[in-house]
Amino acid sequence: MTTSDDVEIPIATGDDVVRVRQATRTAAGAARLSLVDQTKVVTAASELARNTLVYGGGGEALVSQVTDERGRAGVRIVFRDEGPGIADVDLALTDGWTSGQGLGLGLTGARRLVDAFDLETAVGQGTTITVTKWRR
Amino acid sequence: MTQPGSAGQTRIAQLLTEHRDDVLGRWVAAVAGTVRGRITERELRHESEELYGLLVRQAADGPAGTAADELRSMLADLSRSRARQGFTPSETAVSVFALKQALFSLLEEKADVDADAKTYREFVLFSSVLDDLGLHTFETFAAAREQVIADQAESLLELSTPVVKLWDGIVAVPLIGTLDSARTQVVMESLLQTLVDTGSRYAVIDITGVAAVDTEVAQHLLKTVVAARLMGAECVISGIRPQIAHTIVTLGIEFADIVTKATLADALAHVLRQSGVQIISGGQA
Repeated sequence: MTTSDDVEIPIATGDDVVRVRQATRTAAGAARLSLVDQTKVVTAASELARNTLVYGGGGEALVSQVTDERGRAGVRIVFRDEGPGIADVDLALTDGWTSGQGLGLGLTGARRLVDAFDLETAVGQGTTITVTKWRR
Repeated sequence: MTQPGSAGQTRIAQLLTEHRDDVLGRWVAAVAGTVRGRITERELRHESEELYGLLVRQAADGPAGTAADELRSMLADLSRSRARQGFTPSETAVSVFALKQALFSLLEEKADVDADAKTYREFVLFSSVLDDLGLHTFETFAAAREQVIADQAESLLELSTPVVKLWDGIVAVPLIGTLDSARTQVVMESLLQTLVDTGSRYAVIDITGVAAVDTEVAQHLLKTVVAARLMGAECVISGIRPQIAHTIVTLGIEFADIVTKATLADALAHVLRQSGVQIISGGQA
């Protein structure tokens, strides 16, 4: 279930990555996540937003507050791009592997920072990543 | 034309001149209602009188006259000063739009006496001129605000990258806010330059004020440390808060052999020890 506080942010510049981060922090604060969990989900959002920008050629992020069937609050962020897609998902999810200039920890690190991580990709069609962090 | 001897003058201009004090009074009252107290009535009256004079001239000359240009530049000044004083766009634009109401209510009252179809046509024309001017105020206002923001952003960039000397041979960079490539570049340059200028051997990079450390920020930090090392300086990263430590570990970032400390004080103590400075609590010798 999503609430009406969804924020959609286009990702086209480095400043947009900051905006995604701020929106995530606001949503995480509103969902009353602990400070550590807030920082984790904000960092994950930052990584994925930058991936969307750098590797996906830009796209958008949808930040929303969610509640599960047991009434637990959380934050969900969906990153969508229509870039080249990821050819080898297993390789992309290997620590230290990067097709660019980074440390190769963004995607895998982000996966470890959140509670739920869902990756859909098709070569030439783009990538959609959905992450969720629940309140403990 | 109703009046002989004023062939070029429009009915509106005539009305504006005839009922000057009445319209002006209503106008000032309407504007004063929205800017409540932040501008004195006298200032407002003075401003409005000046605008009014130009408007009358413009209504008489038409849009091609010199009054139109003067009017625009005066409105631009006005909205710029309003923007800097922190007024909202509506509060600024109302200075122009309120005149329409003042004039219209006057026309309504005088309708039985001397308002005819021609007057109304002129009124419509005049109000579209006012609309234009109102939009002009709006645009200038927005531009002025953007300028304010741009100035602030620039000064923030400078503000947020100071390199301070902590001790003889020890410099520190307290980082605050977002660390992107552009800022890291500035930080790195000023740090390396200060290391040379002061002949310092130790540098402390404090990230207490950095909201989140992701892989990009970490990479920037690592590069800065390596660059400083190449110049023979030792770097310590301080201000690692618990949630940041947690996140860095989960992300899998390794700071390898770089010395990190929880607080700036710890880092200072560490580098002082390294450089052989002894601190003795101040009893009488």
